[in-house]
Amino acid sequence: MAKLDAKPFPPGAYPVVVIGSGPGALQTSYTLRRLGIEHAVVSEDDGPGGMFRRFPLFQRLITWTKPYAIRERGTRGYEWYDWNSLIGESDDERAIVPGLMDGVSYFPTRAEMEQGLVTFAERGGITVRYGCTWESTRRDGEEFVVTTTDGEFRAQAVVVAVGMTKPWKPSIAGLDEVPHYVDVRPVREYAGKRIFVMGKRNSGFEIADALLPWARQIVLGSPRPARISVLAKSTAAARARYLQPYEDHVLGGGNIVLDAAIERVERTAPGYRVFAKGTTMPGDLVLDVDEVIAATGFSTPLLDLPALGVGTFYQGRLPSQTPFWESATLPGIYFAGSITQGAIGLKKFGIPSNSAAVHGFRYNARTLAMHLAEKRFGVRIDRPVVDPKNVVAYLLDEVTKAPELWNQQSYLARALSFNETRGITDEGIVPLAHFVDATGPDSVAVTVETTAEGEIRPAVYVRRGGRVDEHSLAPHPMHDFETADHDAQLSSLLKGLLD
Amino acid sequence: MPQTEEIVDTLAQLTLFGDLSKPQLEEVAHTFEEESFGEGQRILRQGFTGGGFYVILEGEASVRIDGQEINKISRGDFFGEISIILGEPPSADVVALGPLRCLVLAGPDVRDFLISHPTAMFRMLQTEARRLRNSNLWRS
Repeated sequence: MAKLDAKPFPPGAYPVVVIGSGPGALQTSYTLRRLGIEHAVVSEDDGPGGMFRRFPLFQRLITWTKPYAIRERGTRGYEWYDWNSLIGESDDERAIVPGLMDGVSYFPTRAEMEQGLVTFAERGGITVRYGCTWESTRRDGEEFVVTTTDGEFRAQAVVVAVGMTKPWKPSIAGLDEVPHYVDVRPVREYAGKRIFVMGKRNSGFEIADALLPWARQIVLGSPRPARISVLAKSTAAARARYLQPYEDHVLGGGNIVLDAAIERVERTAPGYRVFAKGTTMPGDLVLDVDEVIAATGFSTPLLDLPALGVGTFYQGRLPSQTPFWESATLPGIYFAGSITQGAIGLKKFGIPSNSAAVHGFRYNARTLAMHLAEKRFGVRIDRPVVDPKNVVAYLLDEVTKAPELWNQQSYLARALSFNETRGITDEGIVPLAHFVDATGPDSVAVTVETTAEGEIRPAVYVRRGGRVDEHSLAPHPMHDFETADHDAQLSSLLKGLLD
Repeated sequence: MPQTEEIVDTLAQLTLFGDLSKPQLEEVAHTFEEESFGEGQRILRQGFTGGGFYVILEGEASVRIDGQEINKISRGDFFGEISIILGEPPSADVVALGPLRCLVLAGPDVRDFLISHPTAMFRMLQTEARRLRNSNLWRS
C-alpha cells in the first residue's frame, strides 16, 4: 500500500501553481479559491507569513493600521486605514490585524503582523504545501514544469510570489566582506562603535534609528540625497518615523547623512576603511569605522526564470511585467506580492505605486486572480449593470472611499463601460495603465492622484471613440469629493455617455 | 545581470552625461530610477500630465502623434523633457517597439537636476538646438 502523503497538493498537474506563502501568495490563493480556480500552493517555509516571519529587523512595521479610524472597522472603506490586513469576504476574514494590536503604536509589531497572516490563512481556509522548495522551472509545450524538493508540478500558469527576499549588494570592491541588513546583530553589540551604514532608504534609516542609543557615531552614506516621504509624497521614500537620525544630522548632532559614492571598502585591524567620493559636495573621503552595514536592499530570487525568458530590470532585481503582472517577455508566468512593483503603471508626478507593500499588492493579487480566472479559465466575473442616474454618485463615492483607489493611487481604477445593448457596466477594479493603453468601448475610469504640489484629487479618464482623455476634479480640504461641485464637474465630463 | 557600475559605464557613453565625473554619474545612476517596458507598452502618453524625463538605456521606441509614427528613438535618446520644462502635457506618445529599458527622472525633480548639473543641461540644450535646426531646414 502506497504511503499517504500528509501534505496537501501532491506533485502533479494543476491549472495554476502559486509559489510562496507570504501575503501576496495568500491573497492570490484566497481569491483564486473563491473563483473556483483549482491551484497548488507550494512554499519552502513551514508556515505562512513570508518576510514577516523575520522582518522588519527591529520588529515594528512602517505601515499603519489604525484601530480607530473615520470609517468603521471591517468595512471596505476601512481598508485605507488598515494597511496590513489581507482582504477577505466574510466578517471574520476582514480587518484581522487591528484586533491583534496592543495599542502601543499604530504601526503593528512584526509578531502581530505575522499572527495576522496566520489567522487570515486559517480563517480563509488557505492550504499550502509547506517545506516544499522551488528548485527550477522549464517549459514543456504549453505547460510550465516547476521542479521542487517534493517533485514536479505542471501548470499552464505559474504565479511567483516569493518576494524581494534575496539580500542584494552592488558590485563595490570589498563589499562582499560587509554584513548585509539581514546580518545585523543585537544592537548592544554596537555599543560605543563608529558605524557606516551604506544606503539611505528605509532599511538604512531603520538601522540608524535603532542604533542611535548605542553607536558612538553613525554615518549613513549613498550617492543620492535622502528622499523623505513627507516631501516625496511617497511611502517608497524614508518614512517619517525613522527620521530621527536625519534630524540629528541636520542639527549637527554628530551623526552624519552623507551623499557619496562608495568606491571600495577595505578590512583593517580594528574594523573597516571606507573610500568614498562626495557627490553633492565633491571631494575624497576616507572613513575609518568599526562596522559597515550594507543596507542596500533585496532582489527577487527568480532562480532560472531569466534563462527561461523572463526579462528583468533594476539590475536584474525585478522582472519586467505587463499591467496585469504577467512577465512582459514570457507569457504564463505571473507575479504577486512585492514583486509587482515591477509593473510600473503611470507613476504620475514620479510617485510610485504602493505595490511594494501589503496595502498595495493585496489589491494587485485580487485583480490578478480575477484576470487569470477570466482570461485563462473562462470564469464569468459578475459585472453589474449601473443605472445611468446613479453613475456620477457611484463614481464620486468610489473616489472618496474606495480603498483600492487610495492605496494604489494612479495605479488601480474603477472602470465603467458604456454599451448600447447592455447599458452601463461596472468593469470592476482595473490597472489604470491597461485602461488608458488598451482599446475598448466608450468607458470611464476614476482613481485618486497626488500632484507634485501635494494636492490629493480625483482623476477621471474618459474613453470616447477609442481615444482616452485625462481630466481631474477639484481637491477638497477634507478629501470629500461627494459635493455638489464635484457632481457638476463629473456630470459635465460624462455628458453624452449617460443619455 | 547589470550592476550599478555597468549603468554608470553606460551613462558615461551617453552624450547627455558625457561631461560628468564618475561620482556624479553614480549619483545620476542612483537619482534616476530604472524602468522596463514590454513591446507595445506606452512610456509617455500624449495629453497626460505627470510624466517623467526618460533616457533610453536599451531598446527602441516609436514616437507617435495621434497614432501616427513621426520618429524612432533608441539607446542614448531622451524624451519627456519638453513637456516638463514647459509645464504642459506631452504632445506625443512614446511606445516601446520591443523590450525597453529606460532611466527616468520624475518630472518634479528635473529642474533641480538640470540646475545642479549644468553640463548635462548644456548637452540637452545642444540636442534641442539640433532638433530645432532640423525642423527648420525646410525654411532654408
